[in-house]
Amino acid sequence: MKHRKFAMTNKAIVGRKVGMTQIWDDENRIVPVTVLSVSPLRVVQIKRPDTDGYSALQVTFGDVKATKLSKPEAGHFDKAGVAPGEKLLELRMDDVSEYEIGQEISVGTAGEGEEEGESLFADGDKIDVTAVSRGKGFAGAMKRHNFAGQRASHGAHKVHRKPGAVGQCATPARIFKGKKMPGRMGGEKVTTLNLEVVKTDAERDLLLVKGAVPGPKGGTVVVRNAIKGGS
Amino acid sequence: MNLTDVIDNASLRDDIPDFAPGDTLKVHVRVVEGNRERTQLFEGVVIRRQGGGIRETFTVRKVSFGVGVERTLPVHSPIIEKIEVAIQGDVRRAKLYYLRDRVGKRAKVKEKRLN
Repeated sequence: MKHRKFAMTNKAIVGRKVGMTQIWDDENRIVPVTVLSVSPLRVVQIKRPDTDGYSALQVTFGDVKATKLSKPEAGHFDKAGVAPGEKLLELRMDDVSEYEIGQEISVGTAGEGEEEGESLFADGDKIDVTAVSRGKGFAGAMKRHNFAGQRASHGAHKVHRKPGAVGQCATPARIFKGKKMPGRMGGEKVTTLNLEVVKTDAERDLLLVKGAVPGPKGGTVVVRNAIKGGS
Repeated sequence: MNLTDVIDNASLRDDIPDFAPGDTLKVHVRVVEGNRERTQLFEGVVIRRQGGGIRETFTVRKVSFGVGVERTLPVHSPIIEKIEVAIQGDVRRAKLYYLRDRVGKRAKVKEKRLN
């Protein structure tokens, strides 16, 4: 606990990316927003430092047919007395003492240290959004590492998008590890830091975030309060 | 309905009249100067209307002191106080970029004859 570099999460919610659109702010400027549908979470299990070595909330959301569950899964939900959901996710938390199994968390519920009736994320709050980015397949060096490529003419032949030279000569006579080259791109966990909450809609369980969020439409995203910079 | 449409519906305006490229519009635009707000009139020919839904924009062109001035505004922008269709134009194209290269009488758009 003492060696922690940044403050950890005390507010988190899981949602699905709906898509992007735009709204106007108070000064009639266009704000690009990503709409996240954050269905209410149900706490299935609480990981505590004394029993599990760390503190986290295991949550689920949405609903799933009972026949789609394996017996161990069904037993796990049964034990918690929680309606089974689409996914099980763990949200690392600073302090889980205020939560209990079966509790519902939604954008409308008050966060830690906030008054009743206030929403989890207020307008203007800074958040971090984590999701799996869109898979780009086997991508070249220009797309993957922002290389400049090579000239279009002046004798360039079939090398326009190639990375160019990758090493030296007899010394070192090898390519250094970690050399930026073409390869698999995307489809990895990406966190975008310090996005701004533009609006929350507790009625429809929506969260409007300024700017883009990783991943495809329909992708699962985890929203947490910003650990760096933001308030 | 897509959930983003639900968000858009809140900012869509229903007080915008139908207008098309070639029409001459009087656009009343709210301008904020310091802490004072006033309305500015921009009158000219619509040379383009593009995009859809909340993202739709239109471009109005006028010639001011011999200089062509074009202004592009989102159709649903809250800074538009009012749009009046002054003249309905008779044009055969959706994008009237050819007006930029014309001066004087040739730069005029025929008025649509309604009967």
